[in-house]
Amino acid sequence: MSRRGRARHHAKPRWAGWGFVGPFLIVFAFALIVPIGYAIYLSLFRQQLIGGNAFVGLANYKLALHDPQFWQALRRAALFLAVQVPIMLVLALLAALALDSARLRLPSLYRLSIFLPYAVPAVVASLMWGFMYGSQFGLVARVRSFFGGHFPDPLSGSWVLAAIGNVVTWEFVGYNMLIFYSALRAVPGELYEAAEIDGAAQLAIIRWIKLPALRVAIVVAVIFSIIGSLQLFNEPNILQQLAPDTIGTNFTPNMYAYNLSFAGQEYNYSATIAIVMGILTMIIAAAVQWYGRRRAA
Amino acid sequence: MTMTGTATGPATPAEHGARAGEAVRGPLRLARRRSAARKRHSVLMNLLMTVMLLYAVLPLFWLVVNSTKTEAALFSTFGLWFGGKFALWSNIHQVFTYDNGIFARWFANTVLYVVAGAGGATLLATLAGYGMAKYDFPGKRAVFAVVLGAVAVPGTALAVPTFLLFSDLHLTNTPWAVILPSLVSPLGFYLIWLYAAEAVPNELLEAARIDGAGELRTFLVISSRLLTPGVVTVVLFTVVATWNNYFLPLIMLSSPNWYPLTVGLNDWKDQSFTAGGQVIYNLVITGSLLTVIPIMIAFLIMQRYWRSGLAAGSVKQ
Repeated sequence: MSRRGRARHHAKPRWAGWGFVGPFLIVFAFALIVPIGYAIYLSLFRQQLIGGNAFVGLANYKLALHDPQFWQALRRAALFLAVQVPIMLVLALLAALALDSARLRLPSLYRLSIFLPYAVPAVVASLMWGFMYGSQFGLVARVRSFFGGHFPDPLSGSWVLAAIGNVVTWEFVGYNMLIFYSALRAVPGELYEAAEIDGAAQLAIIRWIKLPALRVAIVVAVIFSIIGSLQLFNEPNILQQLAPDTIGTNFTPNMYAYNLSFAGQEYNYSATIAIVMGILTMIIAAAVQWYGRRRAA
Repeated sequence: MTMTGTATGPATPAEHGARAGEAVRGPLRLARRRSAARKRHSVLMNLLMTVMLLYAVLPLFWLVVNSTKTEAALFSTFGLWFGGKFALWSNIHQVFTYDNGIFARWFANTVLYVVAGAGGATLLATLAGYGMAKYDFPGKRAVFAVVLGAVAVPGTALAVPTFLLFSDLHLTNTPWAVILPSLVSPLGFYLIWLYAAEAVPNELLEAARIDGAGELRTFLVISSRLLTPGVVTVVLFTVVATWNNYFLPLIMLSSPNWYPLTVGLNDWKDQSFTAGGQVIYNLVITGSLLTVIPIMIAFLIMQRYWRSGLAAGSVKQ
């Protein structure tokens, strides 16, 4: 605060920004950039019985592309993505429109309650639903005996993916609802007033004002949901013990990578799977973003 | 279309901020307009939303109900209503005494990871976001590109390489293995960037400079106050993320003494399912309840801030 300082600091300091951004970038580099580089490095090598660690170029990637276990996991993730994400996002969208419609009695009660599961750890969410699904105790067992056994077992072969989808939907529908709702609240009131003066019906207002206003939020939610689906791990991993016959070690790509590393010690191949999934995620996210922009133009 | 249309082109940070500001101010104006309550309540809509509300609350209700049951009653009574002896207090007592009180240790670990991880992440993200919003410096565009690019790589996909790296550095099975990766919050960085661009006027910073205040001092005395609502939003995101963190500690930690609650609870669950393991479902359920309660209280207290922060983020991302 000296007089000298006063004279010197009139102009914006050129390097001061680095002082603020620097600490974040150092940790960022250590926690993200270095692991990415290390994963790429690992994926180019292979631990061999003779000769130890050997450079193999893209051989691990070739292996992954012809690995039926990996494809099985990927197909399951794609199926999950194609079914769970649309259901969750449509539910979230409808709930957000309902909240925004001013036709609910206690909107903040609905908003808070539906958002609440987002704060529940995935572990607890999977445990609760898992116990409820369970055949020993819980609800579904009761429901099944009530229906005389004609109700499907949620943890059996073809239903387990739907059961996991339900857990994920439960966790994130409120979060997405809030993202949409926030975007709707940001619509300037004059737009609605103008529409009402023009005598526009509610459905027309939704179609021509609300949905366009939601476009960016929808693209963001879709991208986050895609990333979440391709990374699916916590819920199936926790439910595995309840359904050991239906949730295998390669149930999702991420579970496959995890089990390759920690059960199979195949670190190089596991890193390869991680990189392949990373590239795939980036491509799909970029495509969604591109599609969203093109629609707007 | 004005608002969404502009988001299509590459926008400068200043423009981001302007739009974020609209979003922050928007709700107030709308609230006033709608308080006129010209619209009638819709029975059908209330009914459908009630169904969703029940869906959201049902598992939590199940958790509360079953925390009050004994191990035997869990299997013999109806899952969605109280039954048998009221055993909540004895369950809680058992949770805290089982295995030499390891649950309390897990609780303390979780608090440590949240305070250090979420606290540090918020601090770093706030400084960096503010730096991006209020300073021009060489390499700024490169910083933006690198952060954006690295975020696109799925975090959990990096878990295995991170584990191997930390293993080489002898960081695995220490609290650092959980805390260090938690310190990075790209979402927080981005939210503060948007928020600071709008909430901290450039004229104010100019005035401080003319008065001879240093940049850091200006930040601490003036800007940090203006940033508070945005910072609370980031605190909430990072606290929920670290409290609920499962995958990272699962792979990084091998000693139960360093487990957070999530990994510890799953361990108890696994034990109950393993043949020959002591069956402690009542402890898993009551422990889950005790894990959920603190985060929910924090969540409910701070969710008001969260909303306005999300509005800022949702307009332009």
